[in-house]
Amino acid sequence: MAVAAYRQRGLFARPTATSGAKSWFTTVDHKKIGILYGATALFFFVVGGLEAVFVRLQLAQPNGEVLSNDLYNQFFTMHGVTMIFLVVMPMGVALMNYFIPLMIGARDVAFPRLNAFSYWVFLLGGIFLYSSFFLGGAPDGGWFGYAPLSRSLPSHGMDFYSIGLQVLGIASLAGAINFAVTIINMRAPGMTLLRMPVFIWMSLVVSFLLIFALPVLSIALFQLMFDRLFGANFFNPAMGGDPILWQHLFWVFGHPEVYILILPAMGIVSEVMPVFSRKPLFGYAAIVFAGAAIGFMGWGVWAHHMFAVGLGPVANSAFALSTMFIAVPTGVKIFNWMGTMWGGSLKFHTPMLFSIGFISMFVIGGLSGVTHAIVPHDAQQTDTYYIVAHFHYVLFGGAMFGIMSGLYYWWPKIFGYLLSEKMGKLHFWLWFIGFNMTFFPMHIVGLQGMPRRIATYPEGMGWGPLNMLMTVGAFVVALSVLVFIVNILISRSRRVEAGDDPWDGRTLEWSIPSPTPEYNFAKVPLVQARDDWWHKKYIETPAGTPAPVPTGGANGHGEDEGHDVHLPSPSYFPFVAACGLPILSYGTIYHSVIAMVAGGLVVLLGLYGWALEPQFAEGEGGSGGH
Amino acid sequence: MASHATADVGHDYTTTGLNHTKVAMWTFLGSDCLLFGAMISTYLLYRTRTAAGPTPHEIYDIPYTSVSSFVLLMSSLTMVLALAAIQRGDNRGSRVWLLATAFLGMTFIGGQIYEFTTFVEEGLTMSTSPFGSAFFMLTGFHGAHVTVGILMLLSLVGLSLSGKLNQEDSLKVEMIGLYWHFVDIVWIIIFTVVYLIPTE
Amino acid sequence: MSHAAGHGAEMAEAPRAEEELHHHPGPRTYVWIAVILSIITALEVAIYYIPSLSGLLVPFLLAFSAVKFVLVVGYFMHLKFDSPLFKRLFVTGLVLAAIVFFIVLATFFFGAEHPGLTG
Repeated sequence: MAVAAYRQRGLFARPTATSGAKSWFTTVDHKKIGILYGATALFFFVVGGLEAVFVRLQLAQPNGEVLSNDLYNQFFTMHGVTMIFLVVMPMGVALMNYFIPLMIGARDVAFPRLNAFSYWVFLLGGIFLYSSFFLGGAPDGGWFGYAPLSRSLPSHGMDFYSIGLQVLGIASLAGAINFAVTIINMRAPGMTLLRMPVFIWMSLVVSFLLIFALPVLSIALFQLMFDRLFGANFFNPAMGGDPILWQHLFWVFGHPEVYILILPAMGIVSEVMPVFSRKPLFGYAAIVFAGAAIGFMGWGVWAHHMFAVGLGPVANSAFALSTMFIAVPTGVKIFNWMGTMWGGSLKFHTPMLFSIGFISMFVIGGLSGVTHAIVPHDAQQTDTYYIVAHFHYVLFGGAMFGIMSGLYYWWPKIFGYLLSEKMGKLHFWLWFIGFNMTFFPMHIVGLQGMPRRIATYPEGMGWGPLNMLMTVGAFVVALSVLVFIVNILISRSRRVEAGDDPWDGRTLEWSIPSPTPEYNFAKVPLVQARDDWWHKKYIETPAGTPAPVPTGGANGHGEDEGHDVHLPSPSYFPFVAACGLPILSYGTIYHSVIAMVAGGLVVLLGLYGWALEPQFAEGEGGSGGH
Repeated sequence: MASHATADVGHDYTTTGLNHTKVAMWTFLGSDCLLFGAMISTYLLYRTRTAAGPTPHEIYDIPYTSVSSFVLLMSSLTMVLALAAIQRGDNRGSRVWLLATAFLGMTFIGGQIYEFTTFVEEGLTMSTSPFGSAFFMLTGFHGAHVTVGILMLLSLVGLSLSGKLNQEDSLKVEMIGLYWHFVDIVWIIIFTVVYLIPTE
Repeated sequence: MSHAAGHGAEMAEAPRAEEELHHHPGPRTYVWIAVILSIITALEVAIYYIPSLSGLLVPFLLAFSAVKFVLVVGYFMHLKFDSPLFKRLFVTGLVLAAIVFFIVLATFFFGAEHPGLTG
């Protein structure tokens, strides 16, 4: 492809380079953007993990002295913020970005430049958040920022929190709208909604959850920001403000958020299980419906995070019931995944190990979750390590296991080589053992009364030995992550060519070359069934077993394929527009009108350039931007 | 060799036959309902929490706000007339109606600015009370939405003047129109819920 | 609109793009809607000032603003004549917001164990 750099004619000449370092700043290719998201999220995973290691070092023994109270608050807050907003969400988005177009037979997402904008805003937002460590202290009010404490913490940390999450929210909202429109409107002919892979269905539900939940968080964060920086009284009890309003607004977002965190992983598992059981997904329609039901019901349970706040018995009972009900669709999924494995020809490659791990660990997390729904018992559990155990089982045991499964599964499609099986299995077992060592004992110390969010605990409570075990477990997890990184490096240098379809997959992404060509599909596929690629390769014999179709599996990729496909041109305006946001943000924190105006102007400049630039680069014709 | 079924789709193919941007805009407006819903409910919670400052009844000027509400309402008419004009290829007409919409919007904003400064003089600021905080945030965010709309309308006029807004570009006017009307219907709610419904 | 020419192609939902051109209201209709909106606004302000109607004030105001809302969304935003998908996208957000925030406010005004300033 063209390696020429930027044409010099005029401010709006679109760049043309699709390779080389500069091209990463101007790319609008969903695959490159997916890789950017994934690499950035993995980096933040290591950072968030280091924060956790320090927390565990501090808590390994009673009266720990590794971190001061103040630093501890920053580390546990940033661990939560990082893992949720800078790791699990962007990892999901990375895989959604790369694979939604491929799985629906499209060549890119609906709005490629908006996609790039989302990435740059995410990156810059993450950097902005972390710069707080060097500017007087990171956010220290917990990832949940409860008022009125959050409005009065003296360092700028919570200002970075309130503004940083806004910036990240913009990235997520733009991405969600992009994916929703892509899934609704760019499916290849023949791909009806009920022929879409479950990963696509989950991505659609997640996108709508983001679309409707993010604005509520945005308002809460604006209110916190106004309280802190502009003297407002939203959460100031002395003037009549109500801190409970913060909790409602936060959790109306926060509960759908946890489904946003878990549904992509559930989608991944729904793709991996059938491939490695060599059986169709059991109960496709039930799983799809259950996923949609979870998304819908997730709006009715938020106050289960507030059982100890004093909402009264009617509210508490109503939310307890809705919370118990929401376990049902999740249970449906678990049984369907098990049904998929049952009677299948199981292959225990690394992706499958992580998916099976997902199911078992997530069930444990779900079981503790059901116990939280019993209000009187939650009165004991809340604010203890029992809750910390629950959400780590569902977020690490669930989401992270699922993401790892997806990475190992899809790695060959993205990069063209397979990750080492041996190292993958070593990664899995160290990760699995370390994870359980770290988080299982939390159920116990939590029920023994160990509170959350404390920097130290005294001698004589009996919590010491299990805390020491948990800290050792954290190091085992860290070791497993190291194994993963080494796996990537070694596999990359050994480069065992994966071929187009190393797992004998079922969905469209396996019908095209690995690594994916820039144009995705040389010809837009015509979809004729669910698991269309499988049905192009195999027909069912009278005995019910799959038999290869004689010419079905051959891809026949010619050298001259895809050169007539026109792809969206690169652009540097999404990056420009994104750059305005941190400038505006710093200006707001430090009350610098100049910076605020400058940041706003940069955003405006970026947006105008975006709107007015030609649709195609010089010499490629066309008019009107998109 | 390979005989995979492929589809011959044109450049404008979409699964639903609908335009991407239109689907995106309606989705965005759905999300904006949550934004304003959060602010309106905050206002409803805090409208009686006036600390030592003015109460809604003391400070609102209903006749004044009625006039500015009427102005914004009429701007929806001029907006849809602008769209009708561009859809039938009447570029000059679309410019006139777009400018009219922007002008009515600017009148509304002018009215808001005057109202805000009056309230500040009369002792209601964002810091006075939760009522003050909630009022200024809700109406301020709405005003910011209107301002962004005005910028977009003026940009369209500029585009039209340089010959780049023609009948085939009517989607751009339609999309900005949808945004503009949404901002108007939010005000319909705000006018009723904030100003007209009495706070005892 | 060009669609799949492939053998046995199945479409998701029937495209409705052509329909909107047939039921398009014209400028006259828009002006009439604007007149109705103005009348309703005038009525809203009028009943605000009529003391004898004070009991009915709130239900009337809510009803009036709902009518204005539906008129603008249905006609000016063309939702009445467009694909049902747009209606679903918008109404989902609207209804979700209404229900969720109704519940939030309800917890403040009813049944709280330690009612603050609202109880």
